[in-house]
Amino acid sequence: MPPAASPEVAAAVADAHRREWAFVLAATVRTAGDIDTAEEAVQDAYASALSTWGQRGIPENPGAWLTVTARRRALDVRRRAVTAQRTLPKLLEPEEYLPDDLVSDEEEITDDRLRLIFTCCHPALSSGAQVALTLRLLCGLSTTDVARAFLLPEATMAARITRAKKKIAAAHIPYRVPAASELRERLDGVLSVVYLVYTTGHTAPSGENLMRRDLAERGLELARMLRVLLPDDGDVAGLLALVLLTDARSGARLNEHRELVLMENQDRSKWDRSAITEGVSLLREALTRRPRGRFALMAAIAAVHDESKSWSDTDWQEILGLYDLLQDRWPSPVVQLNRAIALGFAVGYAEGLAELDALGAEPQLARYPYLAAARADFLTRLGRFDDARVAFEEALILTENDTERRYLQTRLSGLSG
Amino acid sequence: MSKYLVLIFEDDVRTKEEAGETVSADYQAFMQRRGSSLINGAGLEPPSTATSIRRDGAGGFSVTDGPFAESKETLAGYYLIEAADLDEALEIAKDIPAGVGVEVRPVRVGG
Repeated sequence: MPPAASPEVAAAVADAHRREWAFVLAATVRTAGDIDTAEEAVQDAYASALSTWGQRGIPENPGAWLTVTARRRALDVRRRAVTAQRTLPKLLEPEEYLPDDLVSDEEEITDDRLRLIFTCCHPALSSGAQVALTLRLLCGLSTTDVARAFLLPEATMAARITRAKKKIAAAHIPYRVPAASELRERLDGVLSVVYLVYTTGHTAPSGENLMRRDLAERGLELARMLRVLLPDDGDVAGLLALVLLTDARSGARLNEHRELVLMENQDRSKWDRSAITEGVSLLREALTRRPRGRFALMAAIAAVHDESKSWSDTDWQEILGLYDLLQDRWPSPVVQLNRAIALGFAVGYAEGLAELDALGAEPQLARYPYLAAARADFLTRLGRFDDARVAFEEALILTENDTERRYLQTRLSGLSG
Repeated sequence: MSKYLVLIFEDDVRTKEEAGETVSADYQAFMQRRGSSLINGAGLEPPSTATSIRRDGAGGFSVTDGPFAESKETLAGYYLIEAADLDEALEIAKDIPAGVGVEVRPVRVGG
Protein backbone atom coordinates (compact mmCIF):
# COMPACT_ATOMS: atom_id res chain seq x y z
CA MET A 1 0.00 0.00 0.00
CA PRO A 2 1.46 3.36 -0.96
CA PRO A 3 1.21 6.03 1.73
CA ALA A 4 -1.96 8.13 1.57
CA ALA A 5 -1.57 11.15 -0.72
CA SER A 6 -0.97 14.46 1.01
CA PRO A 7 -3.98 16.78 1.15
CA GLU A 8 -2.23 19.07 -1.34
CA VAL A 9 -1.75 16.27 -3.88
CA ALA A 10 -5.27 14.92 -3.31
CA ALA A 11 -6.67 18.42 -3.93
CA ALA A 12 -4.60 18.81 -7.11
CA VAL A 13 -5.84 15.46 -8.43
CA ALA A 14 -9.45 16.32 -7.54
CA ASP A 15 -9.08 19.68 -9.26
CA ALA A 16 -7.58 18.05 -12.36
CA HIS A 17 -10.45 15.56 -12.33
CA ARG A 18 -12.99 18.34 -12.45
CA ARG A 19 -11.19 20.56 -14.93
CA GLU A 20 -9.37 18.16 -17.20
CA TRP A 21 -11.37 14.90 -17.24
CA ALA A 22 -13.12 15.52 -20.56
CA PHE A 23 -9.92 16.79 -22.19
CA VAL A 24 -7.85 13.80 -21.02
CA LEU A 25 -10.50 11.21 -21.88
CA ALA A 26 -11.31 12.71 -25.28
CA ALA A 27 -7.63 12.78 -26.23
CA THR A 28 -7.18 9.19 -25.05
CA VAL A 29 -10.17 7.76 -26.99
CA ARG A 30 -8.35 8.38 -30.26
CA THR A 31 -5.31 6.47 -29.02
CA ALA A 32 -7.33 3.72 -27.38
CA GLY A 33 -9.71 3.17 -30.29
CA ASP A 34 -12.66 2.47 -28.02
CA ILE A 35 -14.29 4.28 -25.15
CA ASP A 36 -14.04 1.53 -22.53
CA THR A 37 -10.28 1.10 -22.94
CA ALA A 38 -9.87 4.88 -22.85
CA GLU A 39 -11.93 5.21 -19.68
CA GLU A 40 -9.93 2.55 -17.89
CA ALA A 41 -6.65 4.11 -18.99
CA VAL A 42 -7.77 7.55 -17.78
CA GLN A 43 -8.91 6.15 -14.44
CA ASP A 44 -5.53 4.45 -14.08
CA ALA A 45 -3.77 7.71 -14.92
CA TYR A 46 -5.68 9.59 -12.20
CA ALA A 47 -4.91 6.81 -9.72
CA SER A 48 -1.20 6.89 -10.53
CA ALA A 49 -1.22 10.70 -10.28
CA LEU A 50 -2.05 10.33 -6.59
CA SER A 51 1.16 8.38 -5.90
CA THR A 52 3.47 9.87 -8.54
CA TRP A 53 2.65 13.50 -7.79
CA GLY A 54 3.24 12.78 -4.11
CA GLN A 55 6.76 11.52 -4.87
CA ARG A 56 7.84 13.83 -7.69
CA GLY A 57 5.69 16.88 -7.11
CA ILE A 58 2.64 18.20 -8.92
CA PRO A 59 3.42 18.72 -12.62
CA GLU A 60 3.19 22.19 -14.11
CA ASN A 61 0.53 21.06 -16.58
CA PRO A 62 -1.53 18.32 -14.86
CA GLY A 63 -3.79 17.84 -17.91
CA ALA A 64 -0.84 17.14 -20.22
CA TRP A 65 0.73 14.75 -17.68
CA LEU A 66 -2.53 12.85 -17.30
CA THR A 67 -3.08 12.70 -21.08
CA VAL A 68 0.39 11.32 -21.78
CA THR A 69 0.05 8.78 -18.96
CA ALA A 70 -3.43 7.68 -20.04
CA ARG A 71 -2.45 7.42 -23.71
CA ARG A 72 0.61 5.34 -22.83
CA ARG A 73 -1.58 2.95 -20.86
CA ALA A 74 -4.13 2.75 -23.65
CA LEU A 75 -1.36 1.93 -26.13
CA ASP A 76 -0.11 -0.84 -23.81
CA VAL A 77 -3.59 -2.32 -23.66
CA ARG A 78 -3.92 -2.18 -27.45
CA ARG A 79 -0.55 -3.80 -28.02
CA ARG A 80 -1.50 -6.59 -25.66
CA ALA A 81 -4.81 -6.97 -27.47
CA VAL A 82 -3.09 -7.13 -30.85
CA THR A 83 -0.64 -9.71 -29.50
CA ALA A 84 -3.52 -11.77 -28.20
CA GLN A 85 -5.12 -11.56 -31.67
CA ARG A 86 -8.40 -10.64 -30.12
CA THR A 87 -11.05 -8.98 -32.23
CA LEU A 88 -12.32 -6.02 -30.27
CA PRO A 89 -15.05 -3.74 -31.52
CA LYS A 90 -13.27 -0.50 -32.26
CA LEU A 91 -14.14 3.08 -32.97
CA LEU A 92 -11.15 3.38 -35.23
CA GLU A 93 -9.48 0.81 -37.40
CA PRO A 94 -5.91 0.18 -36.22
CA GLU A 95 -4.41 1.49 -39.47
CA GLU A 96 -6.16 4.81 -38.89
CA TYR A 97 -4.14 5.35 -35.76
CA LEU A 98 -1.13 7.56 -36.21
CA PRO A 99 1.52 8.27 -33.61
CA ASP A 100 1.26 11.77 -32.17
CA ASP A 101 4.12 13.25 -34.17
CA LEU A 102 2.44 12.20 -37.42
CA VAL A 103 -0.95 13.67 -36.62
CA SER A 104 -1.73 16.35 -39.17
CA ASP A 105 -2.46 19.94 -38.20
CA GLU A 106 -6.03 19.53 -39.31
CA GLU A 107 -6.50 16.72 -36.80
CA GLU A 108 -5.19 18.91 -34.01
CA ILE A 109 -7.36 21.89 -34.85
CA THR A 110 -10.55 20.03 -33.94
CA ASP A 111 -10.59 19.52 -30.22
CA ASP A 112 -11.14 15.91 -29.24
CA ARG A 113 -13.76 17.00 -26.74
CA LEU A 114 -16.02 18.02 -29.63
CA ARG A 115 -15.74 14.54 -31.14
CA LEU A 116 -16.54 13.02 -27.77
CA ILE A 117 -19.64 15.15 -27.16
CA PHE A 118 -20.97 14.48 -30.67
CA THR A 119 -20.49 10.76 -30.07
CA CYS A 120 -22.22 10.88 -26.67
CA CYS A 121 -25.15 12.85 -28.13
CA HIS A 122 -25.51 10.80 -31.33
CA PRO A 123 -29.20 10.62 -32.35
CA ALA A 124 -28.91 6.83 -32.73
CA LEU A 125 -28.71 6.68 -28.91
CA SER A 126 -31.78 7.15 -26.71
CA SER A 127 -32.07 10.56 -25.10
CA GLY A 128 -31.62 9.05 -21.62
CA ALA A 129 -28.43 7.35 -22.78
CA GLN A 130 -27.17 10.58 -24.37
CA VAL A 131 -27.54 12.44 -21.08
CA ALA A 132 -26.01 9.60 -19.05
CA LEU A 133 -23.01 9.24 -21.37
CA THR A 134 -22.43 12.99 -21.41
CA LEU A 135 -22.35 13.13 -17.61
CA ARG A 136 -20.24 9.99 -17.37
CA LEU A 137 -17.72 10.70 -20.12
CA LEU A 138 -17.57 14.50 -20.39
CA CYS A 139 -18.16 15.46 -16.79
CA GLY A 140 -16.41 12.41 -15.33
CA LEU A 141 -19.29 11.61 -12.96
CA SER A 142 -19.26 8.10 -11.54
CA THR A 143 -22.12 5.81 -12.53
CA THR A 144 -23.32 6.10 -8.91
CA ASP A 145 -23.52 9.90 -9.23
CA VAL A 146 -25.26 9.75 -12.62
CA ALA A 147 -27.82 7.32 -11.16
CA ARG A 148 -28.35 9.59 -8.15
CA ALA A 149 -28.82 12.63 -10.39
CA PHE A 150 -31.74 10.95 -12.13
CA LEU A 151 -32.99 9.17 -9.00
CA LEU A 152 -32.58 5.79 -10.67
CA PRO A 153 -31.17 2.60 -9.17
CA GLU A 154 -27.45 2.32 -9.86
CA ALA A 155 -27.89 -1.05 -11.61
CA THR A 156 -30.40 0.50 -14.03
CA MET A 157 -28.04 3.36 -14.86
CA ALA A 158 -25.04 1.04 -15.20
CA ALA A 159 -27.02 -1.14 -17.63
CA ARG A 160 -28.08 1.94 -19.62
CA ILE A 161 -24.49 3.18 -19.94
CA THR A 162 -23.14 -0.28 -20.83
CA ARG A 163 -25.84 -0.75 -23.47
CA ALA A 164 -25.06 2.65 -25.01
CA LYS A 165 -21.31 1.97 -25.11
CA LYS A 166 -21.94 -1.42 -26.71
CA LYS A 167 -24.07 0.21 -29.37
CA ILE A 168 -21.38 2.82 -30.09
CA ALA A 169 -18.87 0.02 -30.64
CA ALA A 170 -21.10 -2.51 -32.44
CA ALA A 171 -22.88 -0.07 -34.75
CA HIS A 172 -19.67 1.94 -35.35
CA ILE A 173 -21.03 5.28 -34.23
CA PRO A 174 -18.19 7.49 -35.44
CA TYR A 175 -15.86 9.48 -33.17
CA ARG A 176 -16.03 12.55 -35.30
CA VAL A 177 -17.44 16.04 -35.62
CA PRO A 178 -20.32 15.77 -38.14
CA ALA A 179 -19.94 17.09 -41.66
CA ALA A 180 -21.04 20.67 -42.26
CA SER A 181 -24.25 19.51 -43.97
CA GLU A 182 -25.57 17.90 -40.78
CA LEU A 183 -23.74 19.98 -38.19
CA ARG A 184 -26.68 22.29 -37.40
CA GLU A 185 -29.08 19.45 -36.70
CA ARG A 186 -26.56 17.42 -34.71
CA LEU A 187 -25.45 20.47 -32.72
CA ASP A 188 -29.07 21.16 -31.81
CA GLY A 189 -29.18 17.64 -30.30
CA VAL A 190 -26.04 18.35 -28.27
CA LEU A 191 -27.43 21.67 -27.01
CA SER A 192 -30.69 19.96 -25.99
CA VAL A 193 -28.76 17.41 -23.93
CA VAL A 194 -26.76 20.12 -22.16
CA TYR A 195 -29.93 22.12 -21.51
CA LEU A 196 -31.65 19.00 -20.15
CA VAL A 197 -28.73 18.44 -17.75
CA TYR A 198 -29.08 22.05 -16.58
CA THR A 199 -32.88 22.09 -16.21
CA THR A 200 -32.90 18.75 -14.38
CA GLY A 201 -30.57 20.38 -11.86
CA HIS A 202 -32.39 23.71 -11.80
CA THR A 203 -35.74 22.15 -10.83
CA ALA A 204 -35.46 18.48 -9.98
CA PRO A 205 -38.39 16.55 -11.52
CA SER A 206 -38.87 14.71 -8.22
CA GLY A 207 -37.35 14.27 -4.79
CA GLU A 208 -36.71 16.24 -1.68
CA ASN A 209 -34.74 19.21 -3.03
CA LEU A 210 -35.98 21.93 -5.36
CA MET A 211 -32.59 22.14 -7.06
CA ARG A 212 -29.75 19.73 -7.63
CA ARG A 213 -26.97 22.28 -7.75
CA ASP A 214 -24.28 19.74 -8.65
CA LEU A 215 -26.19 18.88 -11.83
CA ALA A 216 -27.03 22.51 -12.64
CA GLU A 217 -23.33 23.38 -12.32
CA ARG A 218 -22.38 20.53 -14.65
CA GLY A 219 -24.87 21.88 -17.19
CA LEU A 220 -23.30 25.34 -16.90
CA GLU A 221 -19.79 23.88 -17.27
CA LEU A 222 -20.83 21.93 -20.37
CA ALA A 223 -22.35 25.07 -21.91
CA ARG A 224 -19.11 26.93 -21.16
CA MET A 225 -17.06 24.11 -22.68
CA LEU A 226 -19.11 24.28 -25.89
CA ARG A 227 -18.61 28.04 -26.00
CA VAL A 228 -14.82 27.55 -25.83
CA LEU A 229 -14.93 24.84 -28.52
CA LEU A 230 -17.36 26.66 -30.87
CA PRO A 231 -16.78 30.35 -30.10
CA ASP A 232 -18.40 31.59 -33.33
CA ASP A 233 -21.67 29.70 -33.05
CA GLY A 234 -24.78 31.76 -32.29
CA ASP A 235 -26.80 28.86 -30.90
CA VAL A 236 -24.01 27.95 -28.48
CA ALA A 237 -23.86 31.59 -27.34
CA GLY A 238 -27.67 31.50 -26.96
CA LEU A 239 -27.58 28.37 -24.80
CA LEU A 240 -24.85 29.69 -22.51
CA ALA A 241 -26.78 32.98 -22.23
CA LEU A 242 -29.96 31.10 -21.32
CA VAL A 243 -28.23 29.01 -18.66
CA LEU A 244 -26.48 32.05 -17.13
CA LEU A 245 -29.61 34.23 -17.16
CA THR A 246 -31.69 31.45 -15.57
CA ASP A 247 -29.04 30.44 -13.08
CA ALA A 248 -28.56 34.06 -11.99
CA ARG A 249 -31.85 33.82 -10.06
CA SER A 250 -31.15 30.51 -8.33
CA GLY A 251 -29.93 32.13 -5.09
CA ALA A 252 -33.34 33.76 -4.55
CA ARG A 253 -35.57 30.76 -5.22
CA LEU A 254 -35.60 29.46 -1.65
CA ASN A 255 -36.10 31.44 1.55
CA GLU A 256 -34.35 30.80 4.88
CA HIS A 257 -36.88 28.02 5.65
CA ARG A 258 -35.99 26.37 2.33
CA GLU A 259 -39.44 27.21 1.00
CA LEU A 260 -40.04 27.99 -2.68
CA VAL A 261 -40.22 31.71 -3.53
CA LEU A 262 -41.79 32.50 -6.91
CA MET A 263 -40.12 35.14 -9.06
CA GLU A 264 -42.89 37.61 -8.18
CA ASN A 265 -41.75 37.63 -4.54
CA GLN A 266 -38.02 37.07 -4.95
CA ASP A 267 -35.49 39.42 -3.37
CA ARG A 268 -33.91 40.67 -6.58
CA SER A 269 -30.81 41.92 -4.75
CA LYS A 270 -29.92 38.24 -4.39
CA TRP A 271 -29.78 37.78 -8.16
CA ASP A 272 -26.27 37.25 -9.49
CA ARG A 273 -25.42 40.51 -11.30
CA SER A 274 -22.21 39.26 -12.89
CA ALA A 275 -24.01 36.23 -14.37
CA ILE A 276 -26.69 38.58 -15.75
CA THR A 277 -24.08 40.90 -17.29
CA GLU A 278 -22.26 37.98 -18.91
CA GLY A 279 -25.54 36.42 -20.08
CA VAL A 280 -26.86 39.65 -21.60
CA SER A 281 -23.64 40.25 -23.52
CA LEU A 282 -23.77 36.69 -24.92
CA LEU A 283 -27.43 37.18 -25.75
CA ARG A 284 -26.67 40.35 -27.73
CA GLU A 285 -24.16 38.36 -29.75
CA ALA A 286 -26.62 35.48 -30.30
CA LEU A 287 -29.43 37.82 -31.38
CA THR A 288 -27.33 39.30 -34.20
CA ARG A 289 -27.54 35.92 -35.98
CA ARG A 290 -30.32 35.18 -38.46
CA PRO A 291 -32.43 33.21 -38.10
CA ARG A 292 -32.63 33.66 -34.35
CA GLY A 293 -32.11 30.41 -32.47
CA ARG A 294 -34.49 28.75 -30.04
CA PHE A 295 -32.13 29.14 -27.07
CA ALA A 296 -31.45 32.79 -27.89
CA LEU A 297 -35.21 33.55 -27.80
CA MET A 298 -35.59 31.71 -24.49
CA ALA A 299 -32.56 33.61 -23.16
CA ALA A 300 -34.16 36.89 -24.30
CA ILE A 301 -37.23 36.06 -22.19
CA ALA A 302 -35.01 35.30 -19.18
CA ALA A 303 -33.18 38.60 -19.77
CA VAL A 304 -36.43 40.63 -19.67
CA HIS A 305 -37.05 39.23 -16.18
CA ASP A 306 -33.44 39.63 -15.04
CA GLU A 307 -33.31 43.28 -16.12
CA SER A 308 -36.68 44.30 -14.62
CA LYS A 309 -36.34 46.30 -11.41
CA SER A 310 -39.43 44.66 -9.94
CA TRP A 311 -42.21 42.22 -10.80
CA SER A 312 -44.58 45.12 -11.55
CA ASP A 313 -42.01 46.67 -13.91
CA THR A 314 -41.88 43.50 -16.02
CA ASP A 315 -42.46 44.18 -19.73
CA TRP A 316 -45.03 41.43 -20.34
CA GLN A 317 -45.79 42.65 -23.87
CA GLU A 318 -42.16 42.08 -24.78
CA ILE A 319 -42.25 38.58 -23.20
CA LEU A 320 -45.50 37.78 -25.00
CA GLY A 321 -43.94 38.83 -28.32
CA LEU A 322 -40.93 36.59 -27.69
CA TYR A 323 -43.20 33.61 -26.92
CA ASP A 324 -45.05 34.33 -30.17
CA LEU A 325 -41.76 34.09 -32.05
CA LEU A 326 -40.91 30.83 -30.26
CA GLN A 327 -44.35 29.35 -30.91
CA ASP A 328 -44.07 30.36 -34.54
CA ARG A 329 -40.87 28.41 -35.27
CA TRP A 330 -40.68 25.83 -32.46
CA PRO A 331 -44.32 25.17 -31.55
CA SER A 332 -44.84 23.00 -28.47
CA PRO A 333 -47.51 22.66 -25.78
CA VAL A 334 -45.02 23.85 -23.12
CA VAL A 335 -44.31 27.04 -25.11
CA GLN A 336 -48.09 27.53 -25.48
CA LEU A 337 -48.49 27.14 -21.72
CA ASN A 338 -45.83 29.75 -20.99
CA ARG A 339 -47.29 32.05 -23.62
CA ALA A 340 -50.70 31.75 -21.94
CA ILE A 341 -49.15 32.78 -18.61
CA ALA A 342 -47.46 35.79 -20.26
CA LEU A 343 -50.80 36.69 -21.87
CA GLY A 344 -52.43 36.59 -18.43
CA PHE A 345 -50.00 39.18 -17.09
CA ALA A 346 -49.82 41.25 -20.31
CA VAL A 347 -53.57 41.43 -21.05
CA GLY A 348 -55.62 40.00 -18.21
CA TYR A 349 -55.93 36.94 -15.97
CA ALA A 350 -59.23 35.92 -17.58
CA GLU A 351 -57.66 35.91 -21.06
CA GLY A 352 -54.66 33.93 -19.80
CA LEU A 353 -56.96 31.46 -18.04
CA ALA A 354 -59.01 30.93 -21.21
CA GLU A 355 -55.82 30.00 -23.07
CA LEU A 356 -54.77 27.67 -20.25
CA ASP A 357 -58.18 25.98 -20.25
CA ALA A 358 -57.87 25.41 -23.99
CA LEU A 359 -54.65 23.47 -23.30
CA GLY A 360 -56.48 21.05 -21.00
CA ALA A 361 -57.09 18.64 -23.88
CA GLU A 362 -53.41 18.57 -24.87
CA PRO A 363 -52.21 14.98 -24.27
CA GLN A 364 -48.59 16.07 -23.83
CA LEU A 365 -49.59 18.22 -20.86
CA ALA A 366 -51.83 15.60 -19.22
CA ARG A 367 -49.18 14.80 -16.58
CA TYR A 368 -47.52 18.24 -16.57
CA PRO A 369 -48.07 19.80 -13.12
CA TYR A 370 -47.39 23.40 -14.20
CA LEU A 371 -50.60 23.61 -16.23
CA ALA A 372 -52.77 22.90 -13.18
CA ALA A 373 -50.54 25.14 -11.02
CA ALA A 374 -50.84 28.04 -13.50
CA ARG A 375 -54.62 27.62 -13.67
CA ALA A 376 -54.79 27.55 -9.87
CA ASP A 377 -52.80 30.78 -9.68
CA PHE A 378 -54.95 32.67 -12.21
CA LEU A 379 -58.17 31.34 -10.62
CA THR A 380 -56.96 32.64 -7.24
CA ARG A 381 -56.12 36.04 -8.72
CA LEU A 382 -59.64 36.12 -10.24
CA GLY A 383 -61.19 35.32 -6.85
CA ARG A 384 -62.61 31.98 -8.02
CA PHE A 385 -61.42 30.16 -4.90
CA ASP A 386 -63.48 26.95 -5.24
CA ASP A 387 -62.15 26.33 -8.77
CA ALA A 388 -58.66 27.30 -7.61
CA ARG A 389 -58.85 24.68 -4.83
CA VAL A 390 -59.62 21.93 -7.35
CA ALA A 391 -56.75 23.09 -9.59
CA PHE A 392 -54.27 23.19 -6.68
CA GLU A 393 -55.34 19.68 -5.68
CA GLU A 394 -54.75 18.49 -9.23
CA ALA A 395 -51.30 20.14 -9.32
CA LEU A 396 -50.46 18.45 -5.99
CA ILE A 397 -51.28 15.03 -7.42
CA LEU A 398 -48.98 15.62 -10.41
CA THR A 399 -46.05 17.31 -8.61
CA GLU A 400 -43.27 15.00 -7.44
CA ASN A 401 -40.85 17.61 -6.18
CA ASP A 402 -41.29 17.94 -2.39
CA THR A 403 -40.41 21.64 -2.23
CA GLU A 404 -42.95 22.46 -4.92
CA ARG A 405 -45.50 20.26 -3.18
CA ARG A 406 -45.05 22.17 0.09
CA TYR A 407 -45.48 25.46 -1.79
CA LEU A 408 -48.71 24.28 -3.46
CA GLN A 409 -49.96 22.96 -0.09
CA THR A 410 -49.37 26.38 1.49
CA ARG A 411 -51.23 28.15 -1.32
CA LEU A 412 -54.09 25.65 -1.02
CA SER A 413 -54.34 26.13 2.76
CA GLY A 414 -54.35 29.90 2.24
CA LEU A 415 -57.58 29.58 0.24
CA SER A 416 -59.70 28.16 3.07
CA GLY A 417 -62.01 30.44 4.95
CA MET B 1 -15.62 -0.78 -43.45
CA SER B 2 -18.58 -2.31 -41.60
CA LYS B 3 -21.59 -4.21 -42.80
CA TYR B 4 -25.18 -3.34 -41.95
CA LEU B 5 -28.43 -5.07 -42.71
CA VAL B 6 -31.15 -2.60 -43.67
CA LEU B 7 -34.68 -3.94 -43.21
CA ILE B 8 -37.27 -2.20 -45.34
CA PHE B 9 -40.79 -1.71 -43.98
CA GLU B 10 -43.90 -0.92 -45.99
CA ASP B 11 -47.59 -0.54 -45.16
CA ASP B 12 -48.37 -3.41 -47.47
CA VAL B 13 -46.45 -5.43 -49.99
CA ARG B 14 -47.97 -5.84 -53.41
CA THR B 15 -47.42 -9.06 -55.28
CA LYS B 16 -45.29 -9.04 -58.40
CA GLU B 17 -48.40 -9.27 -60.58
CA GLU B 18 -50.08 -6.36 -58.80
CA ALA B 19 -46.95 -4.21 -59.01
CA GLY B 20 -46.66 -4.95 -62.71
CA GLU B 21 -42.88 -4.84 -62.64
CA THR B 22 -40.15 -6.57 -60.65
CA VAL B 23 -38.35 -3.51 -59.36
CA SER B 24 -39.92 -0.07 -59.23
CA ALA B 25 -38.24 2.86 -60.91
CA ASP B 26 -37.55 4.41 -57.49
CA TYR B 27 -35.58 1.38 -56.37
CA GLN B 28 -33.74 1.14 -59.67
CA ALA B 29 -32.65 4.75 -59.28
CA PHE B 30 -31.59 4.12 -55.67
CA MET B 31 -29.50 1.10 -56.69
CA GLN B 32 -27.80 3.12 -59.38
CA ARG B 33 -26.98 5.92 -56.91
CA ARG B 34 -25.75 3.63 -54.15
CA GLY B 35 -24.62 0.56 -56.06
CA SER B 36 -21.06 0.70 -54.75
CA SER B 37 -22.31 0.34 -51.14
CA LEU B 38 -24.81 -2.46 -51.75
CA ILE B 39 -23.59 -6.01 -51.20
CA ASN B 40 -26.93 -7.60 -51.96
CA GLY B 41 -30.63 -7.21 -51.36
CA ALA B 42 -34.06 -8.45 -52.30
CA GLY B 43 -37.74 -7.61 -52.21
CA LEU B 44 -40.03 -10.04 -50.41
CA GLU B 45 -43.43 -11.53 -51.24
CA PRO B 46 -46.29 -10.33 -48.97
CA PRO B 47 -46.59 -11.58 -45.36
CA SER B 48 -49.59 -13.70 -46.37
CA THR B 49 -47.04 -15.98 -48.04
CA ALA B 50 -44.89 -16.28 -44.91
CA THR B 51 -44.50 -19.37 -42.77
CA SER B 52 -43.14 -19.17 -39.21
CA ILE B 53 -41.43 -21.97 -37.36
CA ARG B 54 -41.10 -21.83 -33.59
CA ARG B 55 -39.34 -24.30 -31.34
CA ASP B 56 -41.98 -25.82 -29.15
CA GLY B 57 -39.59 -26.37 -26.24
CA ALA B 58 -39.99 -30.13 -26.36
CA GLY B 59 -37.52 -30.76 -29.13
CA GLY B 60 -40.06 -30.26 -31.89
CA PHE B 61 -41.37 -27.40 -33.98
CA SER B 62 -44.63 -25.59 -34.34
CA VAL B 63 -45.23 -24.40 -37.88
CA THR B 64 -47.73 -21.61 -38.44
CA ASP B 65 -49.04 -19.57 -41.34
CA GLY B 66 -48.03 -15.90 -41.31
CA PRO B 67 -45.10 -13.67 -40.27
CA PHE B 68 -43.15 -14.19 -37.01
CA ALA B 69 -44.18 -10.92 -35.41
CA GLU B 70 -47.57 -9.42 -36.10
CA SER B 71 -47.20 -5.70 -36.75
CA LYS B 72 -48.82 -2.91 -38.67
CA GLU B 73 -45.72 -2.52 -40.82
CA THR B 74 -44.58 -5.27 -43.09
CA LEU B 75 -41.03 -6.43 -43.73
CA ALA B 76 -40.89 -5.89 -47.47
CA GLY B 77 -37.24 -6.35 -48.35
CA TYR B 78 -33.68 -5.84 -47.28
CA TYR B 79 -30.26 -4.65 -48.34
CA LEU B 80 -26.94 -5.78 -46.98
CA ILE B 81 -24.76 -2.68 -47.22
CA GLU B 82 -21.19 -1.70 -46.48
CA ALA B 83 -20.34 1.66 -44.92
CA ALA B 84 -17.46 3.38 -43.14
CA ASP B 85 -19.52 3.94 -40.00
CA LEU B 86 -23.08 4.36 -38.75
CA ASP B 87 -23.39 7.90 -40.07
CA GLU B 88 -22.65 6.74 -43.62
CA ALA B 89 -24.95 3.74 -43.20
CA LEU B 90 -27.80 6.02 -42.04
CA GLU B 91 -27.22 8.33 -44.99
CA ILE B 92 -27.54 5.41 -47.42
CA ALA B 93 -30.56 4.05 -45.53
CA LYS B 94 -32.35 7.42 -45.70
CA ASP B 95 -31.94 7.29 -49.46
CA ILE B 96 -33.95 4.03 -49.78
CA PRO B 97 -37.42 4.83 -51.18
CA ALA B 98 -39.14 2.84 -48.41
CA GLY B 99 -42.82 3.56 -47.83
CA VAL B 100 -42.77 3.45 -44.03
CA GLY B 101 -39.11 3.38 -43.12
CA VAL B 102 -36.12 1.19 -42.49
CA GLU B 103 -34.24 -0.41 -39.60
CA VAL B 104 -30.44 -0.41 -39.68
CA ARG B 105 -28.68 -3.25 -37.86
CA PRO B 106 -24.93 -3.71 -37.65
CA VAL B 107 -23.78 -7.15 -38.76
CA ARG B 108 -21.93 -8.89 -35.94
CA VAL B 109 -18.23 -9.27 -36.52
CA GLY B 110 -16.15 -12.17 -35.18
CA GLY B 111 -17.07 -14.36 -32.22
